Amino acid sequence: MKQYEVTFIIDPVLPSDEINAAAKAYLDLLTNEQCEIVHVDEMGLRQLAYPINKRNSGVYQSIEFKTPSGEVIPMLELSLRRDERIMRFLTVKLDRYGVQYNEDKRNGKIGKKKTKDEEKAKQGQKSYVPQDDLTILEGVDKKTAKLLKTAGVTSYGELAEKSIDDVREILSKGGSTYEGINPESWSQQAALAAEGDWSGLNRLKDNILGNTSSEEE
Amino acid sequence: MASREDIKFLSNPNIGKSQKKYCRFRKYGIRHIDYKEPDFLLQFVNQQGKLLPRRITGNSLKYQKKVAIAVKRARHLAMLPYVTDLLK
Repeated sequence: MKQYEVTFIIDPVLPSDEINAAAKAYLDLLTNEQCEIVHVDEMGLRQLAYPINKRNSGVYQSIEFKTPSGEVIPMLELSLRRDERIMRFLTVKLDRYGVQYNEDKRNGKIGKKKTKDEEKAKQGQKSYVPQDDLTILEGVDKKTAKLLKTAGVTSYGELAEKSIDDVREILSKGGSTYEGINPESWSQQAALAAEGDWSGLNRLKDNILGNTSSEEE
Repeated sequence: MASREDIKFLSNPNIGKSQKKYCRFRKYGIRHIDYKEPDFLLQFVNQQGKLLPRRITGNSLKYQKKVAIAVKRARHLAMLPYVTDLLK
C-alpha cells in the first residue's frame, strides 16, 4: 500500500458550507475507491504568496491516504482539475520518511521548540514547585542558592529554621567567594516567604537595600 | 584607560577562523523535508526567493536536492513566492 498526500487550495470567496462540501467531495471520492484515509489536515484560510485567479488568500486542505493501487490518482487529479472551486492542487507520494514525519507531526514530536518548552513547563510543575526559589531572597544569588541546596536547604521553611551561624558555616564551606555575604536577614526573609507573605518580604527587602546602600555611602 | 581587563586582543580573534559549515539535516537526523512548512524553507532562499547554493547553506548534495524539491512544491502551492523582493 503506497501512501499519498494531496494538498489543494479551495476558493475562499465561496460560502463556508460549499467549501466544506468541496473538501468532503474528495474525501468521499477516495473512500469510494477503497482508499484508506490516514489523516485530513485542514490548514484553513492562509495568505497566498502570490495571487492566483485574482485571489490573495485560499483555504488549504491536505488529505493523506493509502491506496492499494495508484489508479485512483489520475481520476482524483482529473476531477480536481475540472473543479472550479479548486484553485491549485498537488499530489505527492510519500516515502517511508515522509510517512514517519507526518506521523510524528501529528503526535506533536515535530516543532521541537514548542514541545520542549511545554515539557519543561510540565516538569516545572512536577519538580520545581516543591523546591523553593531561594534566589528571590535579597542577598542570595544563583550560586549561593545552589550551595544552600547542596547543603540540604531547599525550601524557605528550612532556611528560616537555620540559625545565622548555621548558614555562615554552610557559606564558609563553599569557599572564599561566599565570605563577603551577610546572611543575617535570610532567616527572617525566608520565614516571610514560607508563610507566603510576599508584600512583607518586599518591604523587608526594600529596607535591607536601603540599609546597605546607606552604609555604602 | 590604563588597563582594562576586558580588552585582551587588539582585533577580533575570530576573524579569519571560518567555522566549518555542516549539513543540518545530517547533523540533526532530519530525513524528510516538508513542503507545507514555508517558514522552515525560508532559510534556504535569498531575499528574492531564489534557492541559495550549497556552498552557502552547507547542505549535503542529497538534502540540497530534497530542499530544492520542497521549495518548488511550496512555490506551486503559493506558500513561497516564485519571484519577489524583500522576502524575509
